[in-house]
Amino acid sequence: MAHIVPVRTYLMVGLALILLTAITVAVAYVDLGPLNEVVALAVAAIKATLIVLIFMNARYAKGPTKLFIFMGLIMMAIFMVFTMDDYMTRQWTLFTQP
Amino acid sequence: MAHSDHDNPALGHHWESFEQQHQGNVMGMWLFLSTEIMLFSGMFLAYFIFRMLYPDMFTAANHFQNVFLGTVNTAVLIMSSVTMVLAVRSAQVGNNRLLRIFLLATAFLGLVFLGIKAYEYYEHWHEGLVPGLHWTNAELIADEAKGIFKGSAQIYFFMYFVMTIIHALHMTVGLGIVLTLWWRARDGRFLKEGFDPIELIGLYWHFVDVVWVFLFPLLYLLGKQG
Repeated sequence: MAHIVPVRTYLMVGLALILLTAITVAVAYVDLGPLNEVVALAVAAIKATLIVLIFMNARYAKGPTKLFIFMGLIMMAIFMVFTMDDYMTRQWTLFTQP
Repeated sequence: MAHSDHDNPALGHHWESFEQQHQGNVMGMWLFLSTEIMLFSGMFLAYFIFRMLYPDMFTAANHFQNVFLGTVNTAVLIMSSVTMVLAVRSAQVGNNRLLRIFLLATAFLGLVFLGIKAYEYYEHWHEGLVPGLHWTNAELIADEAKGIFKGSAQIYFFMYFVMTIIHALHMTVGLGIVLTLWWRARDGRFLKEGFDPIELIGLYWHFVDVVWVFLFPLLYLLGKQG
């Protein structure tokens, strides 16, 4: 039934998460221009993926559970993309110029 | 197989097998967590919109965050996730002593997180960074009046307090459940096939950890390079 994962795997993932935290803090003080935000969010996404797949055992999820995991993510994408569609295009004056 | 499982009181009578019970429980927990994703994504969205409208204001306000305490808290939360996952594993392999030790360790680390967070709130109050209630920070008020950045820095701290307080509230709820399960685990009811309640609180605990993984760079780190 349940998948029993070696303790070593959990400790290695914990170590990786601590290292990624150190990396993201160090990079925050280097001026990369707009890339700072990209790196910060990318590292956070890698950490989140590790936690969800290894700690939360999502890699063993069966059909209906997978559906609910992706449903939350898809709803989040809809909120973000559709709202930003509006906010980011309000300054466009392409069709209002005389 | 299905009949022999029902001799074990850990299996609900409406389930056919432990496998089915486990899948049903995990699925239900993820359904709840997907509503939690929606709750937090609304707040993250508001953060992104304000940040897009007032980028300089966010950099100026972000300057007042204590990155050291934020980093320590991130590490504390990651370690609490490790102890939580080890608690689940101890339940799976049937070690009740380790299960209760790891649950207690998780609760302790959660308490350390909340303590550090409370100290940060105390510092914000001291520096006059609480929007509405105690907004007396001379530097931010002067820069705002001089027009160095657009928008009010109160917006940043409003987002900061709403997001971290709702996160801390989730931590508090998780802490209460972890301690309750620690207490109820005295008789070894969560061992082997009965580990589902530990697995479910684990899912919740890790989810709250994931939220912090995104809150930390957005609220503490962005803007430090300037």
